[in-house]
Amino acid sequence: MADVSLHGLAKSFGPVDILRDIDLTVEDGEFVVFVGPSGCGKSTLLRIIAGLENVSAGEIRIGGRRVNELPPADRKIAMVFQSYALYPHMSVYKNMAFGLKFAKTDRAEADRRVRQAAEILQLTPYLNRKPRELSGGQRQRVAIGRAIVRNPSVFLFDEPLSNLDAALRINTRLEIAKLHRELGATMIYVTHDQVEAMTLASKIVVLNHGRVEQVGAPLDLYHHPSNLFVAGFIGSPRMNFIKGEVRSVTESRVTIGFAGAEAVFEGAVVRLAPGDPVTVGIRPEHMAEQGSDAIPLTGRIDAVERLGEASYVYMKLASGDDVVARIPGDMETNPGDGFTARFTPRALHVFDAEGRSVRSAKAL
Amino acid sequence: MNRSIRPGRIAVHLALVLYTVIAIGPILLIVINSFKTRRAIFADPLGFPDARTFTTIGFDQVFAKSDFGLYFFNSLTVTIVSLALIVLIGAMAAWALTEYRFPGNTILTLYLAIGIMVPIRLGSVSILRMMVELNLVNTLTALILVYVAQGLPLAILILGEFIQQIPKDLRDAARCDGVSEYRIFASIILPLIRPAIATVAVFTMVPIWNDLWFPLILSPGDGKQTITLGVQQFIGQYVTDWNAVLASLTLAIAPVLVLYVFFSRYLVRGLTAGAVK
Repeated sequence: MADVSLHGLAKSFGPVDILRDIDLTVEDGEFVVFVGPSGCGKSTLLRIIAGLENVSAGEIRIGGRRVNELPPADRKIAMVFQSYALYPHMSVYKNMAFGLKFAKTDRAEADRRVRQAAEILQLTPYLNRKPRELSGGQRQRVAIGRAIVRNPSVFLFDEPLSNLDAALRINTRLEIAKLHRELGATMIYVTHDQVEAMTLASKIVVLNHGRVEQVGAPLDLYHHPSNLFVAGFIGSPRMNFIKGEVRSVTESRVTIGFAGAEAVFEGAVVRLAPGDPVTVGIRPEHMAEQGSDAIPLTGRIDAVERLGEASYVYMKLASGDDVVARIPGDMETNPGDGFTARFTPRALHVFDAEGRSVRSAKAL
Repeated sequence: MNRSIRPGRIAVHLALVLYTVIAIGPILLIVINSFKTRRAIFADPLGFPDARTFTTIGFDQVFAKSDFGLYFFNSLTVTIVSLALIVLIGAMAAWALTEYRFPGNTILTLYLAIGIMVPIRLGSVSILRMMVELNLVNTLTALILVYVAQGLPLAILILGEFIQQIPKDLRDAARCDGVSEYRIFASIILPLIRPAIATVAVFTMVPIWNDLWFPLILSPGDGKQTITLGVQQFIGQYVTDWNAVLASLTLAIAPVLVLYVFFSRYLVRGLTAGAVK
């Protein structure tokens, strides 16, 4: 059993707070991704779990045991670094076996584990090579292999794919997902790439400025972001945000005006009063609806990105707001043309003046 | 591509050739003259020995009249022991100063940097007094202690610079692997700073081997002379046995040369590694 739980964790370097009030539970066997912009403290959090950094306050438990005072080696964790951190003067085999030598694993057992890991990662032909004779993807696999042979309860990945090229990144991503299914171990993965987070995680933790913004399943975060930051961070291209204002509130409906349009929601929305400033969020993929209740937003096209199956239209609305719309790839559009984006009120997210979500889009 | 010889390249090579001649000239002069008769040395100092002028009288003198083997052994002992201590202590200190944050870290680093700027010879009198107090005069230990003190600051600076370039992730990975701090130092840091160690070895070895000052004041006694001091007995106020002087110098050059060849592969890497990141 290897669940990881963090209670009231805080970390500061001198007067600078890196992490504040982190309370988090990672269940046994879960694949949790820490995601956030650079400098949000996600790597520091991972290093704290690994035992490479001390905490200023709070408690870390792995498998129910307090590990604050334990060195990394005694926490039953293994870490994979962004830079791979392979020992450059040792062969692939030695790189993987190096840690086992100090864990008092007997030689035959160590050999068996290294060969098994090499088999899983298709590294067997390269066991006698030095890291510099390997490609980036192979090096990353050696780093993962070094983690596997330790037979850890928790795997920690620190941006393991950032140094790989795009095609290899997708491959390795799939391999890591497969590895998680096969080993069933708890994995904690740090990335700034929300696509990696969405595709790998069973649970995503969004961090910003050293705080947890939201924790949830990938689609949960996509459909129900609890605040502006998460709404903007999850999803690509990011959600369109338009400033608006509450026009009227009755028992059963709320009317919000923005960018020259007006949207009416059925159902009471708490915390809103007429005249309140709000931010309306619409995802680009919900900007080209065809239904009869679709509300138009007209503007002029600044740029078009054609991806083939779809195109992204960057447009400036008459109100001055910049928005992106995802349209079918076969639609003929050109910069300078007028364009009308259409959305349905169901697709709208509404955030109050503090940026908290007051209404999420209904599943479409 | 047109590989025409540009004037810039010629100038560079001219400068390099000139420097090489200046650097190697005296050594060559010593070696060729050590195989010539005394008359030939003065008659034609630049000439190569021929059948008429060739002689090994100098070498015979050195081996017959002085305890050359002992001097050589003394020099070798002092140099190798000092070198080993400088590299070991220096690398450990450099590792500690760069890797661990502890109170006084910066002060200690600065203090060691001062050691590079202040020549140790300024302290000769106090060093001699100290050695007298410690009953270490006329021992090789005295020399070794002084040379270790002399070599450490620069060694720590160079090695620290190199250790800093080793990615931090590597040490963290080893820590996750359960490797002790001593093991990290021995199995990961040391192998990776080998070029730097070669650089430090050459930079510290040459001054120690060539030093005349400290052997002269700290251990001039019989049986403890180093090679540079031993040679002095052939240089008299009135008569100098040039054959013997040149022969013993030739013999003294040899080990440094051998060590240099041994280290030079790393040395070039060590000198350039810091420059181009």
